[in-house]
Amino acid sequence: MSVILFLVFAVIAVVCGINLVIQRHPINSALSLIGVMGSLAVLYLMLGAEFIAAAQVIVYAGAIMVLFLIVIMLLNAGAEGRTRRPSWGAIVGIPLIAVFLGLVSFVIQALLPKSETVAFGQFTGGNARNIGHALFTTYLLPFELTSVLILIAIVGAIVLARKEID
Amino acid sequence: MLHAAVPLNWYLILSAILFCLGLAGYLYRRNVITVFMSIELMLNGVNLSFVAFSYKFRQVDGQIFTYFVMVVAAAEAAVGLAIILTLFKNRQTLDIDDVNSMKD
Repeated sequence: MSVILFLVFAVIAVVCGINLVIQRHPINSALSLIGVMGSLAVLYLMLGAEFIAAAQVIVYAGAIMVLFLIVIMLLNAGAEGRTRRPSWGAIVGIPLIAVFLGLVSFVIQALLPKSETVAFGQFTGGNARNIGHALFTTYLLPFELTSVLILIAIVGAIVLARKEID
Repeated sequence: MLHAAVPLNWYLILSAILFCLGLAGYLYRRNVITVFMSIELMLNGVNLSFVAFSYKFRQVDGQIFTYFVMVVAAAEAAVGLAIILTLFKNRQTLDIDDVNSMKD
């Protein structure tokens, strides 16, 4: 059952990811990204990370992607034009990325024992209670720093959005 | 097949695939919003491997890192989209090839 669930949602994630890259219109890319995030939430749930799965749906697929969609509609972004000329980097890029992916997959297969499997319900440490405990004891300083970061981001976004640059 | 378990490697390879797709989108797309979404895709791929390693070591720390990545991504989206708005107001374009005044 878990193999079928994994395969279904992994295929959805990869297909949506490919669709994100090949679509010319940003709205289609944004909707594909929401598909990737939704299927990743299911995979997080299978890995025992309930809180992260919920946060993935609420923060990523909910808040961040709505921000993206609002900006796309606000700017009335259309499909992007054709590239004028294929650059040197564009020709070499795809083979290099493929080599990188093959190398990473090889290292993963070589270093990790293949007997290690994922069974749903074997690790239940990812509930809100454990996350909150770790966040407010071990990771208290980074947690407080993120509040400063968010404040800076709010102020920066307001300043940038209303300033006129000559 | 029904009772077979999924190897942990598959999750990590899926994460690598998503990262590489984001990388390809970052390098090949010319719309600045799509480039930005490719960065989000790369962040999501890395998050998956954080959660997979959190499962492997039976510790919650990897999930805390994922949480921080989400916070940073939210802040980044707010500032980045404000930059895109300012760019569009000043240049009336979203094409990154047309925004090269620092290059030449």
